[in-house]
Amino acid sequence: MIMTLLSWSILVAQGLLGLAMLCAALRILRGPRAQDRVLGLDTLYVNAAMLLLVFGIRTGSTVYFEAALVIALLGFVATAALAKFLMRGEIIE
Amino acid sequence: MKRILPYPFFAAILLLAWLLLNESVSPGAVVFGAIVAVVISWIMVSLEVPRTILRRPLAAIRLAFAVLVEIVRSNNAVARIILSSNKRDRRSGFVRIPLDTRNPYSLAALACIITATPGTLWVEYDSVDNTMLLHVLDLIDEEEWVKIIKERYESRLMEIFS
Amino acid sequence: MTQAVDLPDWAALLTAFLLIVGAGLALIGSFGLLRLKNFYDRIHAPTLGTTLGIGSILIASMVFHSVTQQRFVIHELLITVLMVVTTPVTLMLLARAALFRDRLEGSDIVPPRYQSARPSDKPENQ
Repeated sequence: MIMTLLSWSILVAQGLLGLAMLCAALRILRGPRAQDRVLGLDTLYVNAAMLLLVFGIRTGSTVYFEAALVIALLGFVATAALAKFLMRGEIIE
Repeated sequence: MKRILPYPFFAAILLLAWLLLNESVSPGAVVFGAIVAVVISWIMVSLEVPRTILRRPLAAIRLAFAVLVEIVRSNNAVARIILSSNKRDRRSGFVRIPLDTRNPYSLAALACIITATPGTLWVEYDSVDNTMLLHVLDLIDEEEWVKIIKERYESRLMEIFS
Repeated sequence: MTQAVDLPDWAALLTAFLLIVGAGLALIGSFGLLRLKNFYDRIHAPTLGTTLGIGSILIASMVFHSVTQQRFVIHELLITVLMVVTTPVTLMLLARAALFRDRLEGSDIVPPRYQSARPSDKPENQ
């Protein structure tokens, strides 16, 4: 009984996170300005890391943790570089 | 001692992160993690990070707890703002806040605390006038925010970092 | 879900609750990204997911794996530390970039640079 509750809640969490990624993707598509798109991309990265953690709980393996860590790191670097680019037009000064 | 291990606290945190990543405390992992930690803290020397002293660790822990409570509270508030219909006339805006501290660590900590709390965002720091620009999602009273930032966070950060 | 047969009730309930809360907060944050009207309002919305949202999912993951594997699995703390350090930095950089671009275009929703030392260069009678 409790286990079915847990597996259902994992499914629901995955659905909610998928919807969240859809919202972020819509913001990337809609814009209207470059900074809005970068903000959407940052949110997409964080949601993807969370989705991977939920996958880890679903399969019971800790392999997904490393993927989530790498995605979170890449998201930080990408957003920082894009923000620098928006400000100066180049990334490395 | 200072030549071998320039930043002992930083090196300890690096070693801890290494052990967490490896998920083991076997002698091999500890030795290799220690080597990585020491070498990276040598590299840090060439970055010339300004030194600081954490004067009151207990006050820092209390502040961290207060920030956690504030984050939970404002998560709730911002979620309500997003989900509520636009009946209420919500106003967002910028507030210019004069600061007293010029310590880079206090400023960095203050910026991280303010930005990590949903609903408030540190936008800009002006080093000439020592003021900061704050963006608030639900702005009711400018003076109130100046008081909140200065009393709740800045005065405590000035106590913590000397 | 074959590994999770021996999970006690409290752990299963706690994991389920934290997962729903975390995913819900992430969805509310991303929904706010769509719903709010201007950029400086929108930049507040994803903070929900990056603070409490990912926090509760990380705690759920720690509880679940620690109980099922009968040992402390706390390497999720690394992601927690990473999120705590990086989220404010990215948001501040992005806000500064947006402010810079809006000022460059002479947009009137952002305040001008603060100049207390110099006399105001705004025209007085306007």
